[in-house]
Amino acid sequence: MKHIISILIENESGALSRVAGLFSARGYNIESLTVAPTEDPSLSRMTLVTWGSDDIIEQITKQLNKLIDVVKLIDLEDFVHIERELMMVKIKTTEHTREEIRSLAAIFRGKIIDVTPTTYVVEMTGPSSKLDAFIAAIDGDTIIEVVRSGPTGISRGEKGLHL
Amino acid sequence: MELNGAQIVIQSLKDEGVEYIFGYPGGAVLHLYDAIFQQDDVKHILVRHEQGATHAADGYARATGKPGVVLVTSGPGATNAVTGIATAYMDSIPMVIISGQVPSPVIGSDAFQEVDMVGITRPCVKHNFLVKDVTKLAETIKKAFYVATTGRPGPVVVDIPKDITDPRIKIPYKYPKKVSIRSYNPAVFGDKGQIKKAVDLLLTAQKPIIYSGGGVVLGEASKELIEFAHTLGFPVTNTLMGLGAYPATDKQFVGMLGMHGTYEANMAMHESDVIIAIGARFDDRVTGKLDEFCPYAQIIHIDIDPASISKTVKVAIPIVGQVKQVLDQMLEIIRESKKKPSKKALESWWNQIDQWRAVKCLEYDRESRLIKPQYVIEQLYEVTKGDAYVTSDVGQHQMWAAQYYPFDKPRRWINSGGLGTMGFGLPAAIGVKLAFPDSEVACVTGDASIQMCIQELSTALQYKTPVKIINLNNSYMGMVRQWQEFSYESRYSHSYMDTIPEFVKLAEAYGHVGMRIDKPEEVRPALEEAFAMKDRTVFLDILTDRTENVYPMIESGKGHHDMTLRVAPGTSTDRELA
Repeated sequence: MKHIISILIENESGALSRVAGLFSARGYNIESLTVAPTEDPSLSRMTLVTWGSDDIIEQITKQLNKLIDVVKLIDLEDFVHIERELMMVKIKTTEHTREEIRSLAAIFRGKIIDVTPTTYVVEMTGPSSKLDAFIAAIDGDTIIEVVRSGPTGISRGEKGLHL
Repeated sequence: MELNGAQIVIQSLKDEGVEYIFGYPGGAVLHLYDAIFQQDDVKHILVRHEQGATHAADGYARATGKPGVVLVTSGPGATNAVTGIATAYMDSIPMVIISGQVPSPVIGSDAFQEVDMVGITRPCVKHNFLVKDVTKLAETIKKAFYVATTGRPGPVVVDIPKDITDPRIKIPYKYPKKVSIRSYNPAVFGDKGQIKKAVDLLLTAQKPIIYSGGGVVLGEASKELIEFAHTLGFPVTNTLMGLGAYPATDKQFVGMLGMHGTYEANMAMHESDVIIAIGARFDDRVTGKLDEFCPYAQIIHIDIDPASISKTVKVAIPIVGQVKQVLDQMLEIIRESKKKPSKKALESWWNQIDQWRAVKCLEYDRESRLIKPQYVIEQLYEVTKGDAYVTSDVGQHQMWAAQYYPFDKPRRWINSGGLGTMGFGLPAAIGVKLAFPDSEVACVTGDASIQMCIQELSTALQYKTPVKIINLNNSYMGMVRQWQEFSYESRYSHSYMDTIPEFVKLAEAYGHVGMRIDKPEEVRPALEEAFAMKDRTVFLDILTDRTENVYPMIESGKGHHDMTLRVAPGTSTDRELA
């Protein structure tokens, strides 16, 4: 089963490679990984999407916690949470497809953020499944490029991942 | 006090209470070696190969409980140290490895003797640091010792670029008394509720067993383990890493468990209804086939490392904490409860165990005209009165030493259990002898293993560390040969070297005493003669039965109850190899 693990980690060189190295060394799956500094510049927040049985996920969280640079982590599956991913899609357009793509983007609450005579770039955020659905809805032959951030997530309510 | 970076490193080691640094100089650490030259407090032991430095520091650490310290240069010095670092990592040995690095401005430019030490060692250290600022140097070293020695111990690398140790740059020096790391807070006490549950389960057990490991040695909990076992009257088995933590001559001890453990230990594990694992990690050499591991048992697991719990074997009651503290907590609850385990159940359990013991799984052919390796170890035990520090390399001789030398004290048995590093024994013995110059130190090795770090014979001469090398010479990589016999229809592919050196001459060339023993009746007198030479390193080249195998054995893919025993006691095992 898919799990989103949120990690607060020391914002130091090498911290990212410790996490990535752990996953490859122990043969864990890694679907996506996003990382950026937080409001506290000494900390980075990492969101990692992985999958595996409950036993494997338990080992993953234990092994991550064992890394000296990892300050705290939560498995978002244990919380009611919100998941968001950013996607930009560059689409080939012709005169008679432009309108259709515009309306499709609107249905998915996407924005067209770049226009050339022959292309659009559509920006879209949402749970990964929504982005998948948009990709499925447009003609695959017209896609020039897709770039996705990988999901990030946050728990609902007052609880949060902080020091 | 104003010091330069090189002086800060050495002064920090001094303030940390370090006695010995094991190392080898080179370009990137020249400033450090100059600082070593100008002081006498921290002694430097010059090895002949960086792998030797790491194993010597490791042996020192295993015997004393204090962290071992290594100093190597960048590039090949650093990579040569990696095997020893991984060895320490697998067995959770506290070590601090200081490696030189090329100067900061040229890092990443493929400079001469540059290697990404932090990257290379990442998977085999507890933590590592690259020092980027001389003002952080003392604090980083303090952190390295703190991380290496607390929680589940392990090796920590501190990689120091050459410019950081520049003698021209002096800064005020102060070694921090304490450091804390916000993301690192190892557990101490176990959870009371869990401990209570564990005690309740233990007191109702019918066929209990205590399975204890290296964590008891590392956690200095031998005394608590003995009291715990004596209070409950349960049988105790040790892992290879735990030998000595429970006295092998105690009547509750049923021997080592696992692949080459005793029949009684493995059968007792298999049939048990409650297992308490203490500082042990369910290694694959212990469990055998996981699906068949202890099918009737509920398992309690005490470990300082949460990641060790339920990693391979699911446990019913996990307890995270220091084994010493948790055992104390348990003993207190047992005392307060005033309950005792069922006397009747235990009696019948011990009767069963005695029947397994009667199989005498460690019997061997005592009438052989060849030197049996088991006999050599038994004689070594007698000659050293069971009180030596015994280091070993890896292979058959390691298993025989573990089986036939009953250790009664922790930290006496020094071997590479997790990584299984050939070449470990001799340098480790040197490290042990430096720590305990008045104790007997024996290195039990084989003709293949000893050649992997043989150059350290030279170090042994330079620093006058008179260790006794017991070379069980069967002209084979015995364990490889044994597996080839069992699993590859005796196709002995490259497990044989037909140009084994004359070890006696080799020992003499290095300035030591060499002895060659090829008859059983010579073994005892030779050992006595060797150990009487208090100030000499003696290399005993003992030509043993080349066909001997390690028994009993759980062959790979089998369970504890499915052991291969040797042929019936009393029958000759002398034979030719196919």
